[in-house]
Parts: sequence; C-alpha cells; structure tokens
Amino acid sequence: MSGGWLVAIILGIGAVTYFFAAQRARAQADGVDRAKGVIPHSLPAYHGWLGFMFAVLPALLFLLVWSLVSGALLEARVHSEVSAHIADSASASLSVGMVHNVSDALVQLNLLAADKLPQTYADLKQSAGAAGIVIADSGEDYMVTLGAQVANDANTYRLIGQGLALLFALSGAAFAYSRIKLRLRARNQVERVVLWSLLGASSIAVLTTVGIIMSMLGETIHFFSDVNPINFFFGTVWDPRFAAAGSGGSEGQFGLIPLLAGTLYIALVSMLFAVPVGLMAAIYMGEYASRRVRSVVKPLLELLAGIPTIVYGIFAVVTLGPFFRDLSLALTGGSFAFIQAQSVFTAGIVMGVMLIPVVSSLSDDVITAVPRAMRDGSLALGSTRSETIRKVILPAALPGIVGALLLTASRAIGETMIVVLAAGVAARLTINPFEAMTTITVKIVNQLTGDLEFNSPQTLVAFALGLTLFVLTLGMNIYALYIVRKYREQYE
Amino acid sequence: MTDAAMNSTSAAMGARTTSRRDFGLKKRHRAEALFRFYGVAAITIGLLFLVLLLGSIISKGYTAFVQTSITVPVEFTAAIIDKDNKRATDPKVLVSANYPVVARNAVAKALGVSPDDKAAMKDIAQFVSDGSRSILRQIVLADPSVVGTTRPVTLLAAADIDSANKGQIDLSVTEDKRKVSDLQVAWLNTLKSQGAISTPFNWGLLTFGASSRPETAGLGVALIGSLYMMAIVLFSALPIGVAASVYLEEFAKKNRFTDFIEVNINNLAAVPSIVFGLLGLAVFINFFGLPRSAPIVGGMVLALMTLPTIIIATRAALRSVPPSIRSAALGIGASKMQMVFDHVLPLATPGILTGTIIGLARALGETAPLLLIGMVAFVANTPNTPFDPATALPVQIYMWTNEAERAFVERTSGAIIVLLVFLALMNIIAIVLRRRFERRW
Repeated sequence: MSGGWLVAIILGIGAVTYFFAAQRARAQADGVDRAKGVIPHSLPAYHGWLGFMFAVLPALLFLLVWSLVSGALLEARVHSEVSAHIADSASASLSVGMVHNVSDALVQLNLLAADKLPQTYADLKQSAGAAGIVIADSGEDYMVTLGAQVANDANTYRLIGQGLALLFALSGAAFAYSRIKLRLRARNQVERVVLWSLLGASSIAVLTTVGIIMSMLGETIHFFSDVNPINFFFGTVWDPRFAAAGSGGSEGQFGLIPLLAGTLYIALVSMLFAVPVGLMAAIYMGEYASRRVRSVVKPLLELLAGIPTIVYGIFAVVTLGPFFRDLSLALTGGSFAFIQAQSVFTAGIVMGVMLIPVVSSLSDDVITAVPRAMRDGSLALGSTRSETIRKVILPAALPGIVGALLLTASRAIGETMIVVLAAGVAARLTINPFEAMTTITVKIVNQLTGDLEFNSPQTLVAFALGLTLFVLTLGMNIYALYIVRKYREQYE
Repeated sequence: MTDAAMNSTSAAMGARTTSRRDFGLKKRHRAEALFRFYGVAAITIGLLFLVLLLGSIISKGYTAFVQTSITVPVEFTAAIIDKDNKRATDPKVLVSANYPVVARNAVAKALGVSPDDKAAMKDIAQFVSDGSRSILRQIVLADPSVVGTTRPVTLLAAADIDSANKGQIDLSVTEDKRKVSDLQVAWLNTLKSQGAISTPFNWGLLTFGASSRPETAGLGVALIGSLYMMAIVLFSALPIGVAASVYLEEFAKKNRFTDFIEVNINNLAAVPSIVFGLLGLAVFINFFGLPRSAPIVGGMVLALMTLPTIIIATRAALRSVPPSIRSAALGIGASKMQMVFDHVLPLATPGILTGTIIGLARALGETAPLLLIGMVAFVANTPNTPFDPATALPVQIYMWTNEAERAFVERTSGAIIVLLVFLALMNIIAIVLRRRFERRW
C-alpha cells in the first residue's frame, strides 16, 4: 500500500466519521424536549467536522513523525553496520549511499526473497544492468545482504506505521463519536483548530524568509571555508575557472566588485531613463490629462508592467541591441560600432522601459496622497499648475517619491532575465556604458545552469552572490517601506 | 487725499505692477507649456516603446504560426520499409524502418529527380524535414497494410525551405552565402506550380516537444509543464494565502509577532525572483531530494513567490467589505469564525480571484527561478506527472534564443506571442471578474 492510498483511506475514514457524527448529533437534537430548556450547543455539522478532525489529524501527524523516526533509525543502523566494515569516515558515507542504492535496486528488481537474493555484488550488478537500473560499479558483497536487510526493515517499519496510523484514525473516529453530547462545545473546538491552522498558514511567509536566509547562509559559510571572504567582497577579478566534475577544484578568483559595479551601473542607467519618464507620465496623467485620455493611456502604460521580463530581454537582443550598434556604426561613418550589441546602455534602456509603469504607479500613489488643500491653496494664490506641482506637491511628496525610487531601484538590481540576455557575461570593470558588463544575477544563473559538482566553490559562490543580493535589496526595501510609512502618517 | 489723487496713484501702481506681472506671466506660461510638453513626451516615449516591443515581436513571430508543407504521393516501398519481409512476425521492424528515404524518394519523384543522382538527393535531404520520419511511421503503424501502396501524404518542409517559402531569405545574395541553393528554390517553385506546397496552421508549434530542428520544435512540453505549475500554484498558494490573510485581517491581535509577519510578507513581495530559485535549489532539491527539472519543484517555488501577491490582494478585498456586514452577522448570533467564512469571505471572493489571477499571470511569465532548478532541459517526451522533467513556456523561449538558426528566431517570437496571448486572456478574465462582480459599498 503506497503512501498516497493510505492518506486517501484516512481521509475516507474522516468523511465517514463526519457523516455518522453529524447524524448522531442530529438524532440527539431531534430527541430533545426544548421546552425543558436543554438546547444543543452546536449544529450537527460541527460535530461532523470535529469527528473528521479527530479521525484525520492525529493519524496524519503520526505518519509524519513515524516516517522521520523510522528513516533516522534505518540510517543509524546502516551507519553502524558500514562502519564495522570500513573505518575511514569519508568512504563510509559513500558506502552508506551505495547500500541505499543497492536496497532500492533490490526492491525494484523484486529480488528480496531469501532464495532469490543475489550472492555477490557482481551478480546484482549484472541483473540490475539487464533491467536498466544503474548502481555503482565496485561494491562489496556485504552490501547486498545489508541492502536486503535495510529494504526488509524499511518495509516492516512502513507496515507497522501504516497499521498504527489506521489504528489512530479508527480510534480517533470512535472516540469522537462516543463523545457526542448535546452540550458538547463542538463548534468552539472546531473553530480553535481552524484558528490554529490560519495562524500556521500566515507563518509560512516567515518560514519562507527563514528558509531563504538559512539555506543561503549555510551554503555561503560553506563557500567561505574555501574562499577567503575578503577576496570575495573586495576582489576585483572574477574568474571562477569552471572545474569539470570530478577533476578536483582548481583555484578560481571570485571578486564581487566587477559584478556589483555592473549591477549598480545598469541599475543607474535604467533609473536615469525610467525616473524622469515615469514621474512625468504620472504627473501628466494625474494633473493634466482629461478623463478620456487617462482611461486609454493608463491601462496601455500598465501593459508594460504585465509583459514578462524575458520578452524585454529578447526585445533587447533581437531589436534594440542591433539597432544601437548599427546606429553607432552609422554615426561614425561605418568605421566603428562604439555601442556594442550587448552593453550597459542597451540593458539599462530596456530595463528602464520595464520600470516606467513601476515608477509611475508608485509615484502616482504618493502624489495623490498629498492633501487637496495644499494644491488648492497654491492655485488660489495664483501660481500656475506646473508651479504648484514643482514647488508645492513635489516637495511635499518628496519622501514618498524617494521611497518609491528605492523600491524601483531594488527591482532594477534584482532583475535577471533582461540582463542575462542584454548585458553580456564578461565580468569587467569599465566606465564606458557602451561596453558589456555583467551583473550579480547573471552570474548566479551562469554558475548554476549546467552539470556541475554541487560542492565546488564554483557553484557555491552563487549562494554567496544570492545572499549579497538578498541583503542589498532587503535593506533598500525596508528603508523604502519605512520612509513611505512614516510619510503617510504625516497626512492621515 | 482726494479721489483723483488716489485714483492716479492706484492707476500708477496698477500700471507698474501690471507691466511687471505681464513680463513674468509670459515666462511662467512658457514654463507651464514646457512642463506640459515634458509630460506628453514622457507618455509618448512609454507608448512608443510599447508599440515597438509588441510590433517587433509580432512582425517577427506571426509567420511561425504557419508551416510550409509538401503534399506528394508517397510510395511506401516494401523493399525499403521491410527489407526481409518480417513485418508479419516482428512488427518492430516497422518502428525502426528507414522512413526518411521513403520521404526523400517521394519528393524526388515529384520533382523528377533520379534517386541515383547522389548530389541532388543530398539537396533533397535538406529539402524535406527529418520530422517526416514520425509522420510516415504513424501512418504505417496505424495501418500496416499501407506498405507496398502509394498514397498522398503531407510532409513538413525543412526549416530553411520554410523560411525561403515565407520570403525571409534574401535570394539576391550569392548562392554560397545563403542556406538555400538555387536548385532548391527552383524545386520550391516547381512544387508550388504543381500545387504541392501549402502553408497550413502550424499545430506543431503547440504540440511538439524539444527538437534541434526548428520545424519539429514546439511548445508542447513547455505548455504542459507550465500548466502543471499553474495548477500547483493555484492549489497551494490560493488556500494558504487566503488563510493567512483571513488570520491577519480578521483574527490577529496587534502585537509584535503579527507585525513581524506583516513586515515579512511585504519584504517577500519585493525579494528578487532569482532568490526564490536559490531557495528552491537549496531546500526542495538538495535538502528534500525532489527531482530536478520537475514541475512540482517549479510549482512550489512559484507558489512561494506568488503568495505575497495573493495575500496583499486578499487583504485589500477583505478590508473593502464594510464593517456593517460584520456587525450584522455578529448581531444575529454568528460566531466570529462563521461571520468570516459565511459572510465576509464570499463577499470578498471577486477581489481575491482577481488578485489570484494577476498573481498567476506573473508566475506564468517568470523565468529566472526556473533556470536555477534545472528547468532548462532538453525534454522531447510529454511529461505524465508533475515529477517528470519538463520545461516552462518562458524557459522554452529563453532556450530558443540561444539557438543560432534563423528559423528559431521566428519560433521564439511565435512562442512569445503564445505566452502573451495566455497572459492577455488571464488579465481579461481578471478585468471581467472585477467589472461583473465587484461591489462598491
């Protein structure tokens, strides 16, 4: 019986319990003489749900705990057996993995019965190879018997666990059924469970953050055991030297500076493009445009925000990059294309286009939050509309706009697909915006796509880069939210 | 002071100030006009890029939706398909038979080329797609009695011929610098005059899996992968997101822990998507040992990414339900839980669904985290479960951009059009939901 079926059966038991518990509660309520003042506390459905919970929740919880415990027990057993054969701890952990593979292969080949069990590892290898199952080439014979024991034990544990889980489900159901009374506060109990599960759901956000930080911190510490953090944070050369899997790590250089410079440079170019355009668009739409114009133009500009970034990236590679290159070629009379097809400039402009709706909708929120009275007062004093905007509204909205710009900048720094396609992969330090530079996100993608040894610094560096990116954007976001919130409170 | 004197002084003052004000006004009105112009220019730039973006994609991609096909009578020669005449006893020979030769011979015959002319046959091999193999194999496997007979079959043209037929290859370039020879162009024209060339709708673009040949490469696997992932996002992020919002909006007491959760959610909404990819790689693949390239992992990563969007939308929807509804429900004796689940939540449903669809649309277009969990895979077989390797729509687009061949550029843009159509549909549904069901109190 597989796990999925077991869960289905437990849920089935729960459903049956629901039905009978609700019926019993209904029967009790029907039989009561309300004139005497005894009224049922909860609706029958709540008794049903309580029954369902008693049947299902303990059983599922038990299954979870059991699978963790039995896995740990098996692992401990294999470890002790293997270390009886091998003293060296590094190769012992390798052998443990091999034993697990052997036991999986035995299960798949259906060779667990004592009379069918292969005598030697070579025999097993042969029959596994015939069935297309891959196991390690050289193993010891004891692994076969140990693997068979592990498989048998795992099976036993599973059967015991399943039996106990069913027992839990049935006894829970029976207990809930026997408890049903008129005055049982079933609704309150059900609601308490629901409340706890709502709380659980909202803590998933916290768990995600914790998961992000823990996973990246763990791998980053691992990385820093190979590479000096000073060389990472202050190194100016990025040359990770991909080591092919198994060839042993060759020393690479992991300097963050060129990547950080590229990231910030491209973000700067994109902001220089997006901020004036986005801000002016928001101001025009909010202050000047007629209702008709706004109802057409605003959704159109918001379309830009709905287009996936990969599409922007391809637009940069296929259309805008070659256009800028040809333009620069034409400007110099066909002698020298001073704008490369992949460049900081191209990536920045395309990313800027993506950011226009972000800037404009964020600053729109901020501008409309400025109280009407300030605007009216300024207009009444005789200033023109542009003067009102420049000298009254914008200064009043400035903190909010700065917050909005910080949020936008953090989007620009974390953006991946546009720069992967449009910025290039060459990690160099240059001041010329028409040359290619690369970013942190590009290198994360580069280091983690393809078949690589997972524990080499070449792949682990991606987590160090990711953590840097996370801390950078988190800092900007928290500061931006702080500014925005503080600013809002001023006027409300 | 007499009236006259007063008038004259005020007139004098008026004249002085008016002239000064006039001077300033002109300048100020010019500044006003300039400011207005900046606004119009900004909007024009935004709209210009929108038009450029969509225009360049559509103009490059719309041709991908038709595929040049060649309909010729194909002779299912028994001597080629089943040399030793074993098909009655061993049907496997029909699976591995040399169908490309059958296809080539058929086209050669239609063009009047002798099968012994090695040089011409080489050009023919580049004329018909190798994907014809599976077309012919399907026909023969469905009806083995076809062997030895002749019947008209529609074969796919090779990618370069397809481009030439669509007029995308500049024929004025010298022959050795382009991918289509003069002879092949002549053949194309011959076949056209025979009425053998057609350009039907390219269903293959939507159904084929990965392939190194553009004419047989399609989005089939990617569409299924994306569908799995969207389902996983919907069925995990929606319930969790709604539950979390209900707790935070309706039950949570204002304390440190709730504040902490709120800050967390706001920050998660702004965390770069690639960081979620790193999380998926480290936690789901390395720690829990789930398979790489599988939609289940992609779906969970995207669900975590979409969760803040759904929570923020749901909370806004819950907030927009007026307090009088809550008071009325509590007033007639509902418990707080009943008030929320029986009254507030149903009224907030349109808002929640709108937010969810917009979140799903964003997840559908997301590429970066999927690259890290190995969805960049060459998958030719349709995945049957979410645990099988698959790709996703935007990832497939990304993979095609790395292909050098001309025809893949067309396919890339075509795939983007497919993606944009899906996104447009989802957004339209969201807008319709909002228009139809949203109530203003």
